[in-house]
Amino acid sequence: MSVETLIAMLASTTAAATPLIFAALGELVTERAGVLNLGVEGTMLVGAIAGFAVGLTTGSLTLGYLAAALAGVLMALIFAVLTLQLQTNQVATGLALTLFGVGLSAFLGKSFAGQPIAGLPHLSIPLLSDIPVLGPLLFRFDILVYASIALYVAVQWFLSRTRGGLLLRAVGESPAVAHAIGHPVQRVRYAAVLFGGACSGIAGAYLSTALTPMWVEGLSAGRGWIALALVVFATWKPLRVLAGAYLFGGVTVLQLYAQGFGLHVPSEFLSMLPYAATVVVLVLICRDRQTILLNQPASLGKPFHPEL
Amino acid sequence: MSPPRLALHGITKRYPGVVANDGVGLVVQPGEIHALLGENGAGKSTLMKIVYGVTRPDEGRIEWEGREIRIDSPAQARALGIGMVFQHFSLFETLSVAENIALALDAHEKPAALAPRIRDVSQRYGLPVDPDRLVHSMSVGERQRVEIVRCLLQQPKLLIMDEPTSVLTPQAVQQLFVTLRRLADEGVSILYISHKLDEIRELCDVATVLRGGRPGGQAVPRDESNDSLAQMMIGRELAACSLQPRAPAEIELELTQLTLDSGEPFGVALQGIDLRVRGGEIVGIAGVSGNGQKELLAALSGETRCTARGMVRLAGDPVGHLDPAQRRRRGFGFVPEERLGRGAVPAMSLAQNALLTGAPKGLVRRGFVRMGAARTFARQIIERFAVKCRDELAPANSLSGGNLQKFIVGREILLAPKVLIVAQPTWGVDVGAAQLIRQALIDLRDQGAALLVISEELDELFEISDRIAVLAGGRLSPLREPQATSVAEIGRWMAGGFVGEALDAFIEIEEAADAAA
Repeated sequence: MSVETLIAMLASTTAAATPLIFAALGELVTERAGVLNLGVEGTMLVGAIAGFAVGLTTGSLTLGYLAAALAGVLMALIFAVLTLQLQTNQVATGLALTLFGVGLSAFLGKSFAGQPIAGLPHLSIPLLSDIPVLGPLLFRFDILVYASIALYVAVQWFLSRTRGGLLLRAVGESPAVAHAIGHPVQRVRYAAVLFGGACSGIAGAYLSTALTPMWVEGLSAGRGWIALALVVFATWKPLRVLAGAYLFGGVTVLQLYAQGFGLHVPSEFLSMLPYAATVVVLVLICRDRQTILLNQPASLGKPFHPEL
Repeated sequence: MSPPRLALHGITKRYPGVVANDGVGLVVQPGEIHALLGENGAGKSTLMKIVYGVTRPDEGRIEWEGREIRIDSPAQARALGIGMVFQHFSLFETLSVAENIALALDAHEKPAALAPRIRDVSQRYGLPVDPDRLVHSMSVGERQRVEIVRCLLQQPKLLIMDEPTSVLTPQAVQQLFVTLRRLADEGVSILYISHKLDEIRELCDVATVLRGGRPGGQAVPRDESNDSLAQMMIGRELAACSLQPRAPAEIELELTQLTLDSGEPFGVALQGIDLRVRGGEIVGIAGVSGNGQKELLAALSGETRCTARGMVRLAGDPVGHLDPAQRRRRGFGFVPEERLGRGAVPAMSLAQNALLTGAPKGLVRRGFVRMGAARTFARQIIERFAVKCRDELAPANSLSGGNLQKFIVGREILLAPKVLIVAQPTWGVDVGAAQLIRQALIDLRDQGAALLVISEELDELFEISDRIAVLAGGRLSPLREPQATSVAEIGRWMAGGFVGEALDAFIEIEEAADAAA
């Protein structure tokens, strides 16, 4: 296998992993606050069309990504008002949000289907990208790839090193206790849900402007669900989310090449592989019940009524 | 004379359908240990929530060191110098001690920077605490120390303690009292809420009594007896339970080398438990929760199946492999520790809850529920055990803890079990209801049933048990008759002392052998 193939494979792996990292890290923060938002898939789709539409009409992908993040926040706001304020069931509301997002994005995207857009440009970092082999391998991605790594570092640092992160984890473990000692449980949860929404929105925009630079109805193809599964199987640990996302990306690319080599396996099975492999590997990782119980936010999915 | 530290005047708080506090007053002086007494639902918790800024009163004035103030939030209460140690500990299990404390301090400090201060305070007041330990690995007594240290770091002027001793061994209680007295000597006022009248008489300078949300008078606990205090709380005299000696009958419940791993990450494995309970006998199992109680209950009820069928026997028949329903059909009865969720389904009516375990009593015919019969059965329980509720159609979660417990105990007793397993029969139940429940258990014993009572309340076990043992670290101590042991010995055993004692005895024998040689 040539160096070029290897570079190409790594580049596609990274591209497939990046949206998952955004969506899953956002959801991880949301869940760490004890809120289960199953609307990731729908939020990603709305972010995808918002990013695509704004990016295409204004010609600025920066504005497109801002719009995607904003769309994600708005979707999350609907979820937050319903579940946190009006105390609706989080699972049902999240599912409804996904259905809503699928429909809304299809509706908004009608006139954009099939239009071409200039995809997110690949950076080429001066000097570094000229290093033979390593340069093209590591320093010629688009900016969101680097941003996803930065987001991982930021989330990890926030959760383990800052008071805000401590408070977030505390709220996720026991909102009642956090409330009793005087912390603003609702505000923390709102912030976490909105952050998750913004991340999902950006993840969606990456799909429509970088991964496959065009709008197709339902282009997220279940990646929102994979992101949700990643969070759980990564036992709410950011590093495992990162690893899981790259695993998914890697198998996605491998099966594409396998299809290219003309293996005598129905292509549907190969397309299924990344999903199955990710789930299987992560299930194996998280077999230890202890880790789950220590890291799973104890109040996950449970409504909290602050006493009046 | 300086103004009182805290004075409440005419505090009234109404919730939909109930007045929790009705014109209640309370005056706490600096350096005073002040008891707040009352039955369940007398409004103690509401009053403390008002003082700690969790709830706001509808009427009334609050004075702090002579100034009239409003307390709008716990943060404001802490800023004034009010600290609270909660009844159900307000600690986050997956965080470390320092992280827990950092979260509760209003000044933003890094957990790492707090560690030396935590060590300092814990040494000064004799409350050993390791800042880096994760809370889930700590015993209940240790957790309470964390709570107290957390309060002390804020140099409180008023410390509120809600039922602080309900989970402590007698020795730990004495340690706590030493700390509290030292704090009081330093001028800290302490508001002490407890059901345990002995402790209040030992520790507190003044007691304010609440009765049904209304002021019930003041007393100096040292000058009162348990009976007179109880009378102030419930407004009538309290009958005592009586346990008449009985000749032991056949062995009904037998545990043989019951050894089980706990499925929980922080659980305790049961190690070789041997126990025989005869008909007409109450065996009390003392011990601090988290020493295998949960696991023992699960093994007895059948929620955890035993690895060998003979580990649990009912009247000689092995039942270790049977599930809870099969065991019930053979004559087991259970009163679990959690009333809502295990003992009763919260949202279901009392009649439906009666049906859940009472079904074999003819409440179901050919697979159809006889709701009329279930309601009659529920009404019977309500009447016999003086359960305060709207009617048999009231949902289980609308009852107070004590009344629901009366209902659950009553339901199991009316099913006439051969063996009744009861966990924490009077936990959080007020004195009047507790007395009724204990008497009911004794009556069942007198009818010839075998009872196993698991409780943290030593006084209770001494009152109703024919024999007592301690469960500590998953092991069962030797059984003693109450007359042949003492609270001090059982307390030592609760801290795992019986294992050490056996070891000491062994070492003595060895040493004697060495000396002889």
